[in-house]
Amino acid sequence: MKYLIIILSTILVNNVIFSQFLGICPFLGTSKKTSTALGMGAAVIFVLTLATLVTWLVNQYLLIPLGLDKFMQTIAFILIIAALVQMVEIILKKISPSLYTALGVFLPLITTNCAVLGVSLTVVTKEFNYGGVAHMLSLGESVVYAVGIALGFALALVIFAGIREHIDLMEPPKGMKGTPIALITAGILALAFMGFTGIV
Amino acid sequence: MSNLKTFTKGLIKENPILVLLLGCCPTLATTTSAINGMSMGLATTFVLIMSNLVISLLKNFIPDKVRIPCFIVVIASFVTIVQLVMQAYVPDIYETLGLFIPLIVVNCIVLGRAEAFASKNPVWPSILDGAGMGLGFTLALTVLGCIRELLGSGSIFGLRLLPETANILVFILPPGAFICLGFLIAIVNQFKKESH
Repeated sequence: MKYLIIILSTILVNNVIFSQFLGICPFLGTSKKTSTALGMGAAVIFVLTLATLVTWLVNQYLLIPLGLDKFMQTIAFILIIAALVQMVEIILKKISPSLYTALGVFLPLITTNCAVLGVSLTVVTKEFNYGGVAHMLSLGESVVYAVGIALGFALALVIFAGIREHIDLMEPPKGMKGTPIALITAGILALAFMGFTGIV
Repeated sequence: MSNLKTFTKGLIKENPILVLLLGCCPTLATTTSAINGMSMGLATTFVLIMSNLVISLLKNFIPDKVRIPCFIVVIASFVTIVQLVMQAYVPDIYETLGLFIPLIVVNCIVLGRAEAFASKNPVWPSILDGAGMGLGFTLALTVLGCIRELLGSGSIFGLRLLPETANILVFILPPGAFICLGFLIAIVNQFKKESH
């Protein structure tokens, strides 16, 4: 039940794009085609979950015992994420070339996707209130939180790409072409997502 | 003269947000009021200037193959400094900006300028480039913050200009951020086309 609440609230209520504003650059950059959006979404689900798992463990068993968690968190996490992405890329290339060709181009982009760093920092610094008690997230909850955020990202990206494919057929005013009309569409989508406020 | 150009190009002509469209996340998230937008902009400006300075000094010592991780470490160090200083002296603003201060590390502008400018140019132009880009970023954030604060809560920098009944709440909520930025960029695009 607890995990279901975390998943629902991260996908719909606190959607990473439409209410937390994390990962807007890849959201605008890779949403021109549905197929690209699906690839990016899958790559983010993969890396975000893995990165949160590793950074949570490093924070709990390395940074906190050494008393470094207050000022080394940002530096340590971004390096872990960068290394992890590089490693995933190398391993995928070796083990599953077909998956590598599908996700390959998106992997290097993910290092600078602020959703990844944002989520790993959130789960170790913020207190959450599930079931009436505020507490820090455990490893299981953190991973579920990360999966939910990534699914929310993928969902937003695919919906948005679908709409953008249709916008391309329209003829907006000159200044509106490209990014401005995309941003306004995203705004209307965000309004729609606000409708989920309060369901959990 | 060319130094002046290095500095001013970031302000309008190559404005990181309105023209280059880099660093959208903090732009949308922190501009709920003018003061928040400006604080975020100034924090980023500091990181930009300092990281450009250090990277420009170190450019001959950093091996080409591992330059990106090296840049990230330099940037992350300065971000941590900003984070700790803000926590100590302006705790209120630090609380509001929250996660987006550590996230300056992954702001594309900072790494972008390090890679595109500071790693190829001497120290002084790099500082000017960082300052220009940073102030351009601050300018865009402050303008967007002013618009959203005026429409959403009827004030600018906390100074009340419109009666409370005229508030349009949606502009300080997430959808308003997307819509405002969309219109702002559309206006800039329109002017850009007319001037050609």
